[in-house]
Amino acid sequence: METLVQEHSMTIGLSGNPNCGKTTMFNALTGSHQHVGNWPGVTVVTKMGHARVGSGATSQEVDIVDLPGTYSLTAYSEEEKAARNFLINTRPAAVIDVMNADALERNLYLAVQILELGVPLVLALNMMDEVRKHGKDIDTALLTKLTGCPAIETVARSGKGKQELLDAAFLLAKDRNGRWDPLVISYGPDLDPVLAEMEAIITKAGELVGQVPPRWVGIKILEGDESIINRCREANPEVAARLEALVAKVSEHLGRTLRASPDAIIADYRYGYITGIARQVVRYPKVDAERIRLSDRMDQVLTHQLAGPLVMALVIYLVYILTFKAGALPMEMVQDAFAWLGKTAEAAMPDGLLRSLVVSGVIAGVGGVLGFVPLIMIMFFLISALEDSGYVARMAYMLDRVFRIFGLHGTSVLPFIVAGGIAGGCAVPGVMATRALRSPKEKLATLLVTPFMTCGAKVPVFLMLAAAFFPGSEAGVMSLVTLTAWVAALLVAKLLRSTVVKGESTPFVMELPPYRMPTLSGLCIHTWERSWDYMRKAGTTILAISVLLWAAMTFPGLPADRATAFDAREAAVQEQIDAAKAQGQEASALEEALKQVGADRSEEALKASAAGRAGVALESVSHLAGFNWRVNIALVGGLAAKEVIVSTLGTAYSLGEIDTEDAEPLSRLMAADPSFPRSAALALIIFVILYAPCSVTIVTMARESSWKWAVFAMTFNTSLAFVAAVAVFQTARLFS
Amino acid sequence: MNNCITLRQAQVNQKLRICSVGAQGELGRRIRDMGLMPGVEVTVVGKAPLRDPVALRLRDFTLTLRNSEADHIVVELVEG
Repeated sequence: METLVQEHSMTIGLSGNPNCGKTTMFNALTGSHQHVGNWPGVTVVTKMGHARVGSGATSQEVDIVDLPGTYSLTAYSEEEKAARNFLINTRPAAVIDVMNADALERNLYLAVQILELGVPLVLALNMMDEVRKHGKDIDTALLTKLTGCPAIETVARSGKGKQELLDAAFLLAKDRNGRWDPLVISYGPDLDPVLAEMEAIITKAGELVGQVPPRWVGIKILEGDESIINRCREANPEVAARLEALVAKVSEHLGRTLRASPDAIIADYRYGYITGIARQVVRYPKVDAERIRLSDRMDQVLTHQLAGPLVMALVIYLVYILTFKAGALPMEMVQDAFAWLGKTAEAAMPDGLLRSLVVSGVIAGVGGVLGFVPLIMIMFFLISALEDSGYVARMAYMLDRVFRIFGLHGTSVLPFIVAGGIAGGCAVPGVMATRALRSPKEKLATLLVTPFMTCGAKVPVFLMLAAAFFPGSEAGVMSLVTLTAWVAALLVAKLLRSTVVKGESTPFVMELPPYRMPTLSGLCIHTWERSWDYMRKAGTTILAISVLLWAAMTFPGLPADRATAFDAREAAVQEQIDAAKAQGQEASALEEALKQVGADRSEEALKASAAGRAGVALESVSHLAGFNWRVNIALVGGLAAKEVIVSTLGTAYSLGEIDTEDAEPLSRLMAADPSFPRSAALALIIFVILYAPCSVTIVTMARESSWKWAVFAMTFNTSLAFVAAVAVFQTARLFS
Repeated sequence: MNNCITLRQAQVNQKLRICSVGAQGELGRRIRDMGLMPGVEVTVVGKAPLRDPVALRLRDFTLTLRNSEADHIVVELVEG
């Protein structure tokens, strides 16, 4: 991931709660000139863009940084840490807090915490259209007076107020000129004296945690903020110990007298301060408390005990159908274009290694990556629409009870479906869809098991095997495969969550934002951002992997004597053809024979390649699961892309080039192969469901989590697959 | 405090007032971050198809939480 750097002398941060329209505001302010990347030292993805502020000769470009959406500035989640570290380390000239003015009190909770840090703050009262619609009135001038922050009314969707907002932030930044001006709130008779004492100690000790107000450090320590406490301990253990002793004493006192912890008291007073402001600022001229909002009425149907799940099933089905139906044509076009490119290159270049590299390695590899782009774009467009409309939160709400059993989150359903929860999806957009999950542990577990689903590239493998070994019951086999994939994904998720991704489930406390119509520009920006990210980064790595696998299946090639022998056989048959043609006879049988020699040669060349030798060598282990060397090579090839499994099997069974979509000749051959019984076919089906994801998925998994977890998925899934395949093969053999 | 119940026991559409929030640590912080504080009025507006989680309406917005999380929140019925 790209590391973001400051490009202009002035940086303005954009903070806010989730679902407050912050991203829409960011898009409105910066247009399409955005970079996605990591801010130094922060793992959470942030976005940076530019905007022009001021007018005439004094106007200038400023950096606008979109901070992760958070409700608070504690350090419990990665998002909160990222937002806070940005404020402390980068010290932006000003911060714009985008607030859902319709829920002013809760949104002020974050604003007040930023103010306690002292950062120059502008309040964007966003969604003012909804405020008015709900019969409320906000006294903006009074809010400015009470908080000391410029407050600007905005409607991010239409861009209303965005220029005033920028101007206000610019003016404030100029005026404050880097000076922080912390807000001081009283935390009551128990905590205020302790805070004053702590403040004195911290001031005397000098900087413990960067350039932040001493009182703020005190508040954080009282709140039990591990990250700040640790930084203090590192900076000055002696002072940290004194501060912690003070906190321990007051905590004990509070526990005894009020049965409350300091952080609860702090929150209490903070809310008290906010309620005081909100009571004066928000008025309800048309008191209409009983009126049920449209959004709530929609929820009565959309989250209804019976209708809710039905509608959700329909929505999931539609996302799936739209993605893969609408994506089929452009995907085919991209694939055809690359096929054409491959043919053209094949015709234009002389036979040899370079041609093989260009055609089978580079063009096939890049084509394999770009072929997914139409699917990814459509899928992200639809998922962004579901997210922006507020429906994803409802899905999580309805499904949470089921997924929680397996240590997952309600939102996990989305990646599963996209990856092939309904047979025919694709694990790549599936893995990327895990971004919708806000809880890190659940996200990781979902990401690791998502590739078990029956993606479109695995389907031909199952169909071919079903046709060969279970003729007539292909549909039954496919259904069972899909079901097995789900059961495996959920059980393995449970296993992972109780071992390597152990830990309490993340609290579900989650906002159900009112339903809103997504904006087209927002959806397009999301879609483009995510697709481009995929194309650019995955393309380079996958190209390398593709070339590597090409080399493994090409080198060292046939030994010279075998190559000469094949040349001789080909020449002999060719001679016979020429002789027959000279006599005006039909030579189709001979031409078939020539093709067969070519196919035999490919088979032997494949067996002689590095991958082939690996396949043969693996037989000593893989015979436990009933796999012969042909199957082994195909499975190795499947690491590049699952489509390769069927075509490699074709080559290994001396069929020459075969059509993946119509693998009937292969089915017949495999069914007739005495070294590959039906029990082995069953084991192969299980193995293909479970084993390592394809290279594109692996790279995507690494990008969504880390290489550590991607490598884990590769080795763990393959081991699991092998154990399961051996179990199935040995059991099935007993019964046959 | 006699008519105090935990939020899990509350019925849909009952008007409630929060008496206390017992949760500690991260859960406690998250509950407070969302504005679930003593004195705040809430209504359970719905339960998920499997009766868990529940949807809670505060004055300005709606949020969800699991029954196991609702156990930490003690509420009293508000008359009328």
